[in-house]
Amino acid sequence: MGTLKLDGLNKRYGASTAVERVDLDVAEGEFVSLLGPSGCGKTTTLRMVAGFIEPSAGRVLIAGRDVTTAPPYARNTGMVFQSYALFPHMSVGQNVGFGLEMRKVGRAERDTRVREALRLVQLEHLAERLPRELSGGQQQRVALARALVINPAVFLLDEPLSNLDAKLRAEVRLEIRELQQRLGLTTLFVTHDQDEALAMSDRLVVLENGRVQQVGSAEDLYERPANAFVAGFVGRCNLLAGTLEGQGRFRLDKGALVPCAPDAIAGTLLALRPERVAITPAEGAGDLVGTVRSVTYLGAQTEYHVDLDGTGILAVRPTPPAHDPLRRLASGDRAALHWEPAAARLLADDPLDRSSP
Amino acid sequence: MSATLTTQTPAPGGLAPSAWTDGLARLVFRILLVAAYAIIFAPMVTVAIVSVFDQEIVSVPPPGLTLKWYTNAWLQRDFARGFVTSLQIALLASAIGVPVGTAAALAIARGRFPGREVLNTFLLAPLAVPAIVAGSALYLYFVAAENLFDQDIKGTLGGLVLANVLLTIPWTVRLVGASLAGLDRSAEEAASNLGAPPATVFRRITLPMMRPGIVAASLFSFVASFENLELNLLLVGPGRTTLPVAMLSYLEFRMDPTLAAVATVQIAAIGAMMLITDRFVKLSRVV
Repeated sequence: MGTLKLDGLNKRYGASTAVERVDLDVAEGEFVSLLGPSGCGKTTTLRMVAGFIEPSAGRVLIAGRDVTTAPPYARNTGMVFQSYALFPHMSVGQNVGFGLEMRKVGRAERDTRVREALRLVQLEHLAERLPRELSGGQQQRVALARALVINPAVFLLDEPLSNLDAKLRAEVRLEIRELQQRLGLTTLFVTHDQDEALAMSDRLVVLENGRVQQVGSAEDLYERPANAFVAGFVGRCNLLAGTLEGQGRFRLDKGALVPCAPDAIAGTLLALRPERVAITPAEGAGDLVGTVRSVTYLGAQTEYHVDLDGTGILAVRPTPPAHDPLRRLASGDRAALHWEPAAARLLADDPLDRSSP
Repeated sequence: MSATLTTQTPAPGGLAPSAWTDGLARLVFRILLVAAYAIIFAPMVTVAIVSVFDQEIVSVPPPGLTLKWYTNAWLQRDFARGFVTSLQIALLASAIGVPVGTAAALAIARGRFPGREVLNTFLLAPLAVPAIVAGSALYLYFVAAENLFDQDIKGTLGGLVLANVLLTIPWTVRLVGASLAGLDRSAEEAASNLGAPPATVFRRITLPMMRPGIVAASLFSFVASFENLELNLLLVGPGRTTLPVAMLSYLEFRMDPTLAAVATVQIAAIGAMMLITDRFVKLSRVV
């Protein structure tokens, strides 16, 4: 295992830029996710690490060695593809053994290591099968074993869970994380699924339009988003436009004056997680009293859309018990909102203007 | 059974068809299916039946059944010689056309060079030109070349093979190209990622994955060349005639079921070839 370093990585296609100045240090044994919507440059970045795409500028260092211009077969990365990319004409055992064969490992040792790798993913008994005889989940595990058996310096995962059904996905996600921690694999994981990324990673890199928006732990991204894009992409978020009117007071564009974090010094957007918004039935007018537009019962949680002087605010609360007056709240009722000022962070940028530099 | 199925899966329009309309649709489908197969197979079956009619001028019902036309076909040495010539031509033309066509299909599917589309159209063009036109053109071309090089080309095995390569290359480009289009590139990337240099990736991954396409291309190339009449019509020479041309010549003087017997043998041979090939490569998957 080794470290991975991306240094000012850049990829242009003609006039358009797919990836712009991506810097990243992945420590040995660390699990880092590249998270972003499709077309954000995450797969392009991963493929530059694997060597399938040549960067327009910048460097890729694997285990301290500059591999920017090295071909894929000389980089010692182990990649799991979205489609698994198993060799259809080879048995499971031959698939897993292919990398070792390329490394000129002798037959006896190869067999032992193939068996070990298959045992790791609990597929020892299927070594003689052809890939098409396996289920999707099994194929996925063969692809994992095939990438792991060569002891790669860096483990690369390109949306490996997206072709599995929801239940299997949750299982495999735990398995991969467990395997990664047990073997201490330096891992770069590409996904557009924030739950997946939050659940598996030590650190996440949020990408949008080829640029890194924020790097941090799941908690960093969720609690302290760097900008409106991250706030909106990682979890749900109320993003309310307005201006700071004084310490801890924020005037929404539509008129209401609401509390915000007292240490906020600038910003035109208030970011407020819906589960941080408390709601109580109310009568008449008052600060932070609005009209309920809709109540959506979701079992464990209930969502309330409240119109506060023309600004829509989403509150998500654990569904109250049956005797709670909140349970009878219906659309058209008046309701008071409340939140800890510290939970309302100010962000600088405009969510409608993500494309400008 | 069908009723429960249809209630579970309503039609895309949102209307669940009743079991009755569903049954009717099935019936119509079956009738059409049988009709389609009947239209395809009727001529072949007719040929096979006529080949055992015991009379020279075919009429129904026949006075009796016989295998004498098969004996007669065997005694016509032109057919036997034609068969061997056709076999030689088809095998050689495939042996040349399939590798060349495969390489061309790879270049067209994978390469990045100007004129890729033009090359593709160009290589498929012989399929679009009526074979009799191509044959006439080749005749003129061969005559000119003979005068230039003072060398026989018409009526030689080389000349015929050359002409038939014009059939085998387009078939190969088409079939191998189709199989390449459906080939998952990520398997090649995976091999490269696992440490295989490009030549190894090609030999160990790409080529085996192309195998069904190549097998199908070989088969169709062989058949297209073996049974071709028009292209070879003007290019055969004395003592070197293909089987279809020999059959046409026979037809000019005689109208008995000998030809039906020859055709039946030919159909059976090609059918057997397809069945054997299908055992190794599912043709329905590549064609």
